[in-house]
Amino acid sequence: MSELSVNHLLGIKYLNSQDIQLIFETADHFKEVINRPIKKVPSLRDITIANLFFENSTRTRLSFELAEKRLSADVINFSAAQSSVKKGETLIDTVNNILSMKVDMVVMRHPNPGAGVFLSKHVNASIVNAGDGAHEHPTQALLDSYSIRERLGSVEGKNVVIVGDILHSRVALSNIFALQLQGANVMVCGPKTLLPKYIDKLGVKVETDLRKALNWCDVANMLRVQNERMDISYFPSTREYTQQYGVNKALLDSLDKEITIMHPGPINRGVEITSDVADSKQAIILDQVQNGVAVRMAVIYLLASKIKH
Amino acid sequence: MSQKVLLNAKEVNIILHRLACQLIENHNNFTDTVLIGIQPRGKYLAQRLAKMLQDEYHVEQLHLGFLDITFFRDDFRRGDKTLEANSTEINFLVEGKNVVFIDDVLYTGRSIRAALTAIQSFGRPKEIELLTLIDRRFSRHLPIQPTYSGRQVDAINKEKVMVNWQENEGEDSVYLIEKEVSG
Repeated sequence: MSELSVNHLLGIKYLNSQDIQLIFETADHFKEVINRPIKKVPSLRDITIANLFFENSTRTRLSFELAEKRLSADVINFSAAQSSVKKGETLIDTVNNILSMKVDMVVMRHPNPGAGVFLSKHVNASIVNAGDGAHEHPTQALLDSYSIRERLGSVEGKNVVIVGDILHSRVALSNIFALQLQGANVMVCGPKTLLPKYIDKLGVKVETDLRKALNWCDVANMLRVQNERMDISYFPSTREYTQQYGVNKALLDSLDKEITIMHPGPINRGVEITSDVADSKQAIILDQVQNGVAVRMAVIYLLASKIKH
Repeated sequence: MSQKVLLNAKEVNIILHRLACQLIENHNNFTDTVLIGIQPRGKYLAQRLAKMLQDEYHVEQLHLGFLDITFFRDDFRRGDKTLEANSTEINFLVEGKNVVFIDDVLYTGRSIRAALTAIQSFGRPKEIELLTLIDRRFSRHLPIQPTYSGRQVDAINKEKVMVNWQENEGEDSVYLIEKEVSG
């Protein structure tokens, strides 16, 4: 098994556990590469990648761009704010125009769920989903699992709770799929208004009491409250949310065991986690960011190797 | 598939001793020298030589590393399969050092070409030499020659040279295998 079962990374839903294993083993090698004095390999020197961001992003876009450059790919960047999308061009037209300039791979973030799947059916390029609305964010889930594997040795059998705004979170959905594929037990925790109605159908535990959830878990993945996606009020006030679902040092210290804290960023310090937690040894937030580059290098390398001459 | 023994265990052992002595002749006490096994198969030869230099020739300070060249190869996307990487284990800089690349078989020279690029990630070596157990002459695609060679072999392209090691395959030996032509 040395090849991915897919030609695009549209979501974790389309992967199998061997794919994840292969991505992680490849990422191990790239993690070694990015810690060298010279952090670059020439593998993808004849590949051109377009990063299309129809939605704002800092970390993911930088991480992808760095991953591509570390692999020696040529990179072009596009963000919707400065583009012809504003002039009424359709998604397929925009992408086909870019592809006619001989682009091999497209990394796309888009506000509409399913945008990546749609594109993969209509254009001739390898597509990497860098987040499609509230649907999936596969590379984030992969780097989260990779970071758990790095910290705890494996993902299998671990109890992982995803805390916060599950309803608007593509990170939550991709993480649920990825963790389950690797044999972890998954729980979601948050105010009822931010938990999707039938989330238990995915085979996850549902909990509304944060203390109970933290006592159960080995790893807590704290999500950001996505105010920009909330059209109505889902909880009375940020202060009340923090009191019920924010993690602080006193709460962590009162648990029977030391759990690992993750956060996909950007952090709202003092809302979902306090600064002393975010900066503590239990938090692996910056490891996640470093691993993000290695994991994205692995994904791009493995997909690029399936693009035939 | 037919195969023929090129070297048996005794012959491999004699050659390893000769190569070790040639290294000592050129590198004295190895203070400014590092041995780099080229992954995957050069690793075993490098480990064997390093052990011999330490145990039998009492070389005290020996730097040994393993270099994976997968991401530096020139045939990415040209074969049917994804190129699978191995680990690189170099915990020192090669800046200003005499580097000895160690690989079991030198064939087209493309692996060594990739290794010459890959090693630059760890500094600028003073000099790079190449040690190979088997040198398949007349098969080179690039102007690359070994500094130290165990045995020169004239094999045709449909033949494959296979190097076995005690620790993996149960015996030290080198075979020349004639590959079946499919179809």
